[in-house]
Amino acid sequence: MTVPPDTLLDPGPAADPAAGPGKGRGARRPVLRYALAKIGGAALSIGMVIVATFFLFRLIPGDPAIAYTRDVPLSPEQLDLLRRQMGLDKPLTQQFLDFVTRTLRLDLGTSYEYKRPVTELIADRVGPTLVLVGTGLVIAVSLGLWQGTRAAWNHGSRFDRFSTGLSLVLWSVPTFWLGLLLLMVFAAGVGPIPGIFPTRGMEDVDAPGGPMYLLHVAHHLVLPCLTLVAVVYAQYLLVMRSSLLDEIGQDYVTTARAKGLRDDEVRRRHAVPNALLPTVTLVFIHIGFVVGGAVSVETVYSWPGLGLLFYEAIKGPDFAVMQGTFMVVCTAVIVMNTLADVAYHVLDPRVRSA
Amino acid sequence: MSVTRTRRRAAFSRFRREYRRQRAGLYGAAILVAAVVLALLTPLITDPAGMDVTKATGAKMSPPSLDFPMGTDESGRSVLLMVLWGSRVSLLIGFMSALLSMTIGTVMGIAAGHFRGWASAVLMRITDWFLVLPSLVLALVLAAILGGGTSTIILAIGVTSWASTARLIRAQTLSVEARPYIERSRALGAGHWHIMTRHVLPNVAPLVLANTTLQVASAIVAESTLAFLGADSGSVSWGGMLRGSYDWGAATSGAWWYVLAPGLCIVAVVMAFTLCGRALEAVLNPRLRGASR
Repeated sequence: MTVPPDTLLDPGPAADPAAGPGKGRGARRPVLRYALAKIGGAALSIGMVIVATFFLFRLIPGDPAIAYTRDVPLSPEQLDLLRRQMGLDKPLTQQFLDFVTRTLRLDLGTSYEYKRPVTELIADRVGPTLVLVGTGLVIAVSLGLWQGTRAAWNHGSRFDRFSTGLSLVLWSVPTFWLGLLLLMVFAAGVGPIPGIFPTRGMEDVDAPGGPMYLLHVAHHLVLPCLTLVAVVYAQYLLVMRSSLLDEIGQDYVTTARAKGLRDDEVRRRHAVPNALLPTVTLVFIHIGFVVGGAVSVETVYSWPGLGLLFYEAIKGPDFAVMQGTFMVVCTAVIVMNTLADVAYHVLDPRVRSA
Repeated sequence: MSVTRTRRRAAFSRFRREYRRQRAGLYGAAILVAAVVLALLTPLITDPAGMDVTKATGAKMSPPSLDFPMGTDESGRSVLLMVLWGSRVSLLIGFMSALLSMTIGTVMGIAAGHFRGWASAVLMRITDWFLVLPSLVLALVLAAILGGGTSTIILAIGVTSWASTARLIRAQTLSVEARPYIERSRALGAGHWHIMTRHVLPNVAPLVLANTTLQVASAIVAESTLAFLGADSGSVSWGGMLRGSYDWGAATSGAWWYVLAPGLCIVAVVMAFTLCGRALEAVLNPRLRGASR
């Protein structure tokens, strides 16, 4: 799911200079207070996720015991036992309290599809997702920031028009469709182009051991990563471009030029650092969007990560896994955001040196 | 009354004049009109019987030919016919969920900007929560829990995509409410409702219009993604067709027409909406007017 590029231009609360600490006080205390406020906010958000999950999954039509064990034949006695285990015979408030306690103890229930605890299932799938999203983000951020900087610095040039046009096209392309196209061209092969990349998974059954294993996985990673990067980097490009365009008009850039600095020094040492900070914050605010992209990409390429687990749970439907993955993914996104927010506050010299 | 009308007419003709200068916006509008007209005409110019898998006449997965300009699908239906009928579902869901999303976003944004203190804080807390959460994941969960159907998909997309609009509208509301005439109106005894609907709403309406256009674009992408990931509305849409192409291995077996046709339609329509939205924004948003973006 995408975010309109123009809404990315809203710098949000973190970029609001008024949110910074007042003058005269030591710089550390306000940062600490800010961090505590942010962490408190994050805890509240995670709490809201847990509450929302409880009530959302009570909306499932029909008997929850049957919904959660779909396709598993159970006798009436077994169903009765299950209902008691799920606490369905207790009042709603008690059910809610039990749910919160279990969730906080990281007990996310049992999947009847896999016959395993959901926490274990999720733990198995975290690694591949981190590899995919991590690699993708690093490439997308560096590429997007570089190209956005170049486009803004020479705005109106052919490179700028090409970059803006390309990001507009990439923004209109559904992630999964781009994945299908790349799969068709580079994995299956079209006409004279041979299929050079694997079509699915992270490793084959005959995967080599040792250092060759890394190469083997990297070979499988190319297409999923490329898809994720293509869709995500366009947004970073647009944000960096508009953020740098805002800086170019500022007086200090003119001053730097008037001092006789070379053009690339003005860019590297004056304009870009200032444009970078709001951009990096936005990169993290939109991490939820990257997660959505990862679900599509993992589904298309059967990459064995959290996204694929979630997709399989939707398809089942396996409500226990769906519920667990949902809470874990949301929590991860909230934590990432908070970290970025606090790091931004520590790093931004405009705030730090107050 | 007539003074207002003259002023509105003048504003509208100024808007038309400025929009015409946006070349990309004109192309976008042309594609949009064509897509909507085709979608509306589909029941008149085609026979819905061709959509029935049991009455399909073509060979299975055959490449484009004179009879089937875009080839056929896994059960021998014409891909062209499916694309035409699918456009109705995709556009309907796109428009309706954008409408829902904009309504929630505008109400939340104006309320969060107008009221002060804890009410505003609570509203912004909720908005930020929705902004940060992965909306696709939330929409998938909603669609899976509520069960299939067009209205479920519209609800799932609308409820998960309004947060950025609310942010935008709130910022605009704050700037409108800082103007002296609001204070004057308040001094004359205007209530919350009067200020929000008579003064703030007309001022944020242009922004809402531009944002809705962009929102339709992302709603169509969202619909196709949901359908591809298995949360479809039960009727053939572009995303649902791509789901079918994936299930039948069209991408890996070289049935390129089945993958390309619906995908290109999505990209064309989404780009058209985006171009229109950006053009509208350039014309209507005072912040961007005259800026070199």
